[in-house]
Amino acid sequence: MSIEIVSVNKQFGSFTALSDVNLTVPSGELTALLGPSGSGKTTLLRIIAGLETPDAGSIRFDGEETTDRHVRERQVGFVFQHYALFRHMTVEQNVAFGLTVKPRKDRPSKKEIKERVHELLRLVQLEGLADRYPSQLSGGQRQRVALARALAVEPKVLLLDEPFGALDAKVRVELRRWLRRLHDEIHVTSVFVTHDQEEALEVADRIVVMNKGRIEQVGTPAEVYDQPANPFVFDFLGSVNLFHCRSEQGQARAAVPELSVGYVRSHDIEVERRQNDGAVEAEVRHIQAVGPAVRVELLVRGTGKTVEAELSRDGADRLALGVGETVYARPRKMQRFVGDYQI
Amino acid sequence: MSSTSAQSARTRTEPALVRWLLIIVALLFLGLFLFVPLAAVFAQALEKGWGAYLAAIREPDALAAVKLTLITAAISVPVNLVFGVVAAWAIAKFEFRGKQLLITLIDLPFSVSPVISGLIYVLLFGLQGWLGPWLQEHDLKIIFAVPGIALATVFVTFPFVARELIPLMEAQGKDEEEAAITLGASGFQTFWRVTIPNIKWGLLYGVILCNARAMGEFGAVSVVSGHIRGSTNTIPLHVEILYNEYNYAAAFAVASLLALLALVTLVAKSFVEWRMRENA
Repeated sequence: MSIEIVSVNKQFGSFTALSDVNLTVPSGELTALLGPSGSGKTTLLRIIAGLETPDAGSIRFDGEETTDRHVRERQVGFVFQHYALFRHMTVEQNVAFGLTVKPRKDRPSKKEIKERVHELLRLVQLEGLADRYPSQLSGGQRQRVALARALAVEPKVLLLDEPFGALDAKVRVELRRWLRRLHDEIHVTSVFVTHDQEEALEVADRIVVMNKGRIEQVGTPAEVYDQPANPFVFDFLGSVNLFHCRSEQGQARAAVPELSVGYVRSHDIEVERRQNDGAVEAEVRHIQAVGPAVRVELLVRGTGKTVEAELSRDGADRLALGVGETVYARPRKMQRFVGDYQI
Repeated sequence: MSSTSAQSARTRTEPALVRWLLIIVALLFLGLFLFVPLAAVFAQALEKGWGAYLAAIREPDALAAVKLTLITAAISVPVNLVFGVVAAWAIAKFEFRGKQLLITLIDLPFSVSPVISGLIYVLLFGLQGWLGPWLQEHDLKIIFAVPGIALATVFVTFPFVARELIPLMEAQGKDEEEAAITLGASGFQTFWRVTIPNIKWGLLYGVILCNARAMGEFGAVSVVSGHIRGSTNTIPLHVEILYNEYNYAAAFAVASLLALLALVTLVAKSFVEWRMRENA
């Protein structure tokens, strides 16, 4: 089922959580709402679910007006950051909850409910844990129970609020890959909120980048990463270095030269021992090995600015850099945006 | 290794002498002010033997006092149970103007002297009070009658359940309730199947405290009761009357019922606290 969000506004006291948000989530896709905290992504998700009401604007499911429909009737599955499992119920009772609260005429028989629950527990790979209580499970297991519980009522839309936010780094990576595979199996229209760009890039079909209650860019992971629409998106999706320069194009067009800023990702900076075209002289200030990469902090001579370059282990070994040495840095790939932008 | 850890333990805690001194002082204090009086109550009650003890309890006025105390508790505990859940729900799950004021008002009976609480009702419903003449015209008796006693008790005991539930429900948040409604549960189903099971031990704890206070309340009830023997006397009031009549053995015999209630409450409270910790 597709979701349309039309000119949605939401205010909390004097804080603008969402201002004029328009978005279409295509049917069957896995979409990520990505942004820093306070960007309005969770509010948007809760408005889609019906847990918050927008001050203005409307929500449509498959073109049908849904804004005033109660959460209960929207048929959405919602997965909370802190799982929100019913602590006094077993895993089986948790997953069955949505089925057991149905009106008697729609409610499946006890046997059917049990079968359905076990089928779902098989799907989330927790079959042996049906009789456990949530407090006896690990974080990753709890979140999978929460997912099975949401899927039990066969929702038309699955909404996940920072689903991996409360897990340790390793479990988080495993679980998000698993979610991706699960989505490929069941194809329910899904929206998940995250502030982790890596998570969004790895899992989502489409990424919606949000900032300060507005949508900055919508696109596939490759689009938002390779062709960021503005400095915010560029910055949010990875480490960045700024090069201030006077734009020749601007100079040609306008009487007053426009200031443009070049944005370069750390891994797009080439560090060499020899002076080449377009390279600037810099001093090595700090070298830090981070997993498979080596981060080098460079002080650009004459400007007092620092630039961070990310090299592969091999590349760094070949250069055999030492602190205080002089090198030459050259951006391999740069994107220019007109106007100044503060990071 | 072991010597260093023992050393660090020594540097972290007080010397044994100080620890034992503190424990002994606490125990002595409790013994002097709690255990000795409690023992004295039972000793005095049984001074004239079991026969006199049972006679004092079986006496019709004493039985009437027991009955009235039970009726009062049977009215005020359910009323405050419902009120406490409603108030705690409103405060913990909604944002609204005047929330702080509501919390303060719930605490009011704790900060007001019980005698004043009783007087409020005399001023409202007494013969000289605001509603007195109207009540008399319609032949309704509140002051110096059971309704007045129940009202005063409700007032004095209403913070117990609410106070117990507010922090518990605030800590639990509303995620589980939200999860329940997204799964299609109605408000009623959410309340019965998600909220109540989560707060049941806290609720029971509040009810136990509320009940103990409802049965033991003296000040507020004393003002509105009128001390009519066999009719408007609760157990605490009956004890006072017997005592003032120099009928010590009977007074302590009836008082021992309240002391027993206190002991039962203590045990029930400890059990519930233990269950709450298990469930946490």
